[in-house]
Formats: sequence, C-alpha cells, structure tokens
Amino acid sequence: MAAFHFELVSPEKHLFSGEVESVVAPGADGQFTVLKDHAPVMTTLKAGVVTVSGGEGKVEKLFVRGGFADVNASGFTILAEQAIPLSEIDVAKVDADIRNAREDISDAKSDEARLAASDKLAQLQELRAAIGG
Amino acid sequence: MPSLKDLRNRISSVKATQKITKAMQMVAAAKLRRAQSAAEAARPYAERMESVLANLASGVTAGGPALLAGNGKDETHLLVVATAERGLCGAFNSSIVRLAREHIARLQDQGKTVKILCVGKKGFEQLRRQYERNIIEVIELRGVKQMGFDTADEIGKKIIRMFEEGDFDVATLFFSRFKSVIAQIPTAQQLIPAQIPSNENAPPVEGPQASYEYEPGQDEILSTLLPRNISVQVFRALLENAASEQGARMSAMDNATRNAGDMIKKQTTIYNRSRQAMITKELIEIISGAEAL
Repeated sequence: MAAFHFELVSPEKHLFSGEVESVVAPGADGQFTVLKDHAPVMTTLKAGVVTVSGGEGKVEKLFVRGGFADVNASGFTILAEQAIPLSEIDVAKVDADIRNAREDISDAKSDEARLAASDKLAQLQELRAAIGG
Repeated sequence: MPSLKDLRNRISSVKATQKITKAMQMVAAAKLRRAQSAAEAARPYAERMESVLANLASGVTAGGPALLAGNGKDETHLLVVATAERGLCGAFNSSIVRLAREHIARLQDQGKTVKILCVGKKGFEQLRRQYERNIIEVIELRGVKQMGFDTADEIGKKIIRMFEEGDFDVATLFFSRFKSVIAQIPTAQQLIPAQIPSNENAPPVEGPQASYEYEPGQDEILSTLLPRNISVQVFRALLENAASEQGARMSAMDNATRNAGDMIKKQTTIYNRSRQAMITKELIEIISGAEAL
C-alpha cells in the first residue's frame, strides 16, 4: 500500500510526523479514513481516537479532542486542541479524575468554579468513552 | 578616604551580590532551556495553523466573519501588552513597553481611542504612570508555573468576548520574539482583524489544484478556526516571551556578575594600596621617632 505524509500537532507538542498508510480520524460528520491521494478535505474534529497505520501492521492510536484536519496534496495534517497517545493514558487514573471532578462540582462555591469543573468532567468523560473498557 | 573597614565591608557586599547574580544567571539558563524547547514545540502548530488559515482565507470572497475582515471601523484600538512578572532581566520589559508606547502615541495623534490590556505585572507598572486611565485590565501570570495552552486560551477568549461586545475594533499584541539568547525583538502583531500570511512561499503544487471539500462548511470551519487562531497566537507570544525573558535575564545577570568581578578587583586594589600606605606610614613614624632620640 502506498504511503503518504501525516502530521499530528497540538499547541504544546509535535506528536507525530512521518509516512503512513492510512489514518482514521473522528470528523465532525463522522469517522473517515484517509489513504494516499485523498481528495483535499478540511474538516473539524470531535473528540475521539485517531488510528494511524504505518504499514507492516504498525498501528498507533491517539486520543484527540477537537481540532482540525486538513488533507491536501502534500499530505494530511491534524491540528488537535489536545492529543494524547492512548498508550500514555492510565484508565484507573482517568476514573479517579472523573470521581474528583464530580466531587469538585458538588463542592464548587461559585458558578464559575462549577462551570470549570463540569467542563473538566465532560472532557474526562469524552476521554473515558474514547478509550472504552 | 574611606577607612580600611569601609573598604572591607564594601568588598564583601559586592561579593555577596555577585553570588546572587551568578545564581540567578544559572537559574535563568536552566529555565531558558525549558522555555526554549517549549517555544520550539509550539512552533509547528502555529505554522500549520497559519497555512491552513491562509488556505481558507484565500477562498473567502469579500466580507467573511468579523474576526477576519474586521468590523469595518478603526476607532478603538486594544493593545495587549505581554510582559514578564519579574524584573532584573535587562531591557526586556522596557523594550516591549517602549514599542507599545510609541504605538499609543501614534494612535492618539490620529485621534483614536486606546485601550490597554496588560498581561504580566511589569508592563502594567511601567504603563500605569502615563496611561492609567487607558488600562482596562491586568492579567497576572504569577501563579502560572508552566505556560499551558489553557492560560493563553483564557486570554484569547477574553479578547474575543470584548470584540463581540464591541469594546474595540482593532487588537494588537505586543511581545518579544525570541531570536537568540542575546537578541530579543519586541514585536507588534495585529490579532483582529486577523493578518493572513501571504501564501507565496508555500511550495507550488504541481498539476491542477483540486478544490477543497469542507465539512461541515467553509464558514463553520472558519468561524471555529479564527477564535482558535487568536488563542494560538497569544500562546505563541507568551511562550516566546517566556524564552525571551529568561534569555534577557541570563545575559543581564552575566553582565552583572562580570561587573561585580571588576568592582571587586578594583576595590581590592584600593584596599591593598591603602593598607600598605598605612604600614609604610607607621614604619616611617617609628623610624623617625627612633632617629630623633
């Protein structure tokens, strides 16, 4: 299978750059797969898992939350708001964080703090849903 | 003529100062390395963002969202002045403030209204003397240890909210671009309306350009991308600033350490000379006293 260039960057880090065979990304209108010579597309992303197949059975999975995907002749670029390789996510820790966030919501004294905590909880739940299990 | 004790005190106090500046220099060097790699890590994202935005904007015919095209007015200017939280870093803060000041003076000459949003305490302290009434808000970064995207995002959202409420028409961001440890360039960058980099230096794509497909739609993407772009620009400015600050502090403290060294050498020479003069004087007194007998 032919390879093309793929990059995944978040504001804080350059997470992935290299030749890959296929990438599955969670587009705003549904999942889509990009192979070589894909037609130029630009789309927003929702929270989900990006699956990168680098050939020879090498598969890398990364969780992304929000961002943009840009497919053009020179390759495929994802600008993620936040991106974490699944291998670095600890399920038990996420569960603990969710519990903490729930407590934060009930403990919050001001509306602002409550809003911040519930935002955080929503984000964590997205992450939890994405990694499953 | 200062007494020997005075000289000794002066030397020891300069020595103590030198130890402090030396320590500050080393701390700044360590922090610089971290800040620099953070700034470099953020660069690809900002660059990609720019090229995507340029791509999108080139397809927009006349008008477009207010964040891109402006709201058609040019009356009230918001200056976001990003400086450090601490001093003792050479001309770092003052050079940013000077650039902002020149900008303010020019705008006021043209009869425009100027509003200032200070990010970082030092800029506020310097601008307060002259433009207290123009400063609408101060955001302190004291509690922020490692500059995260969240901090920048908050500032970005605040700017956008103010823009939507019609508080200003044009926003410009002032920060210091990190070029090298000894060179930091104070920079003014227009945030709103967004400045779209020209796409000329992009590599030309061979063959007929296929037209983009947009999901959901071009306008929807643009309307999420533009606010995001502002946060990204702010984030980049803050990171560049952080690296510049440490770089400036490092070279300032290096200078201070060297100056202290020079001063110690000079004072020690004076100290030795007057000590010897005193000994000689005493000897002469003894000898001439003995001769008189």
